[in-house]
Amino acid sequence: MRPEQGTMQSRAMAMAALLELLTDQPVIICNGFPSREAYEIADRPTHFYMIGSMGVASAIGLGVALAKPKKQVVIFDGDGNVLMGMGTLATVGALKPKNFIHVVFDNEVYGSTGNQPTISNVVPLEKVAKAAGYVNVERVREREDLVYEFKDMLKKDGPSMLLVKVNELVEDVGRVMLDPPDITKRFMKAIE
Amino acid sequence: MIESDAFVQALQDIGVDFFTGVPDSILGGIIAELMERRLYTPAVREDEAVAMAAGAYMSGKVPAVLMQNSGLGTSLNILISLNVIYRQPCILIVSWRGYQGKDAPEHLVMGEVMTQFLDTMKIPHRTLSEKTAIEDLKWLAETFMQQRTPVALLITKGVVKGLHP
Repeated sequence: MRPEQGTMQSRAMAMAALLELLTDQPVIICNGFPSREAYEIADRPTHFYMIGSMGVASAIGLGVALAKPKKQVVIFDGDGNVLMGMGTLATVGALKPKNFIHVVFDNEVYGSTGNQPTISNVVPLEKVAKAAGYVNVERVREREDLVYEFKDMLKKDGPSMLLVKVNELVEDVGRVMLDPPDITKRFMKAIE
Repeated sequence: MIESDAFVQALQDIGVDFFTGVPDSILGGIIAELMERRLYTPAVREDEAVAMAAGAYMSGKVPAVLMQNSGLGTSLNILISLNVIYRQPCILIVSWRGYQGKDAPEHLVMGEVMTQFLDTMKIPHRTLSEKTAIEDLKWLAETFMQQRTPVALLITKGVVKGLHP
């Protein structure tokens, strides 16, 4: 377990806790294992599962948030993804969409390619987001803090970032068994 | 020369209602007009702009991304792994820097290979001219609707009025 001491949750456990609190909000889920785990935990038509396109989950979410200002948009992201598309933290911070909740599951590794280290162990991404202009940012480790802060963010105007420190454990899950064009169509219909 | 406001109006008339991108001098007049109309969401990288446009498309918008042709290189992975794989169309308004080899050195290679690059990526493209502008825009809208892929309109210097004509 590489992330900071005391981190006991796996990403899948944390994700399951958050998905329990969500109903029909659009959720953009980054590529790699996060999408596969979310699909396994709770497949909903409001989920946009990414394959490829690493680094732009938050940019896709931003497009949805700007075009659908009445819907609260949630992004499930990873530390490697945020580092790759770090400029988008600035775009979000500058535009300040109120309906934008950016959840970052930070395991400090590129977990989908063999746990090569990222640099999020020394770069606190929630502080970068705060400096860029996110309104609410929180860093959590324990499940009860995670649930408390996420419920709070659902009530507040954003943009918000919830950085969740998780361990490296990856669930034994298969691929998302939907064709990408069908994911697009289903998601579009669900958030109409 | 096409006026920037006429060009923007023509894009709105074919249904485009979400504009983002990264500036180029050739596109300066168009972006100024879009900002005047409060229609433009600035991005920090072209691939970010393409991804934002994808999110807007899935929310019912008809998106356009403005960029210099160097941004096609930056956007390559997103255009292929998002737009093409997920069948999400996007209008690309691309300035053709390095056209006919007349430009600063950094633009010459992309300027020369751009159309082959777009062909390889299977992105339909057409170059805007004042004489054919109405057909060009019609083609743009039809290709967007029918092919459900990214489609590029290329703009060379002096065709649409810039900030400093």
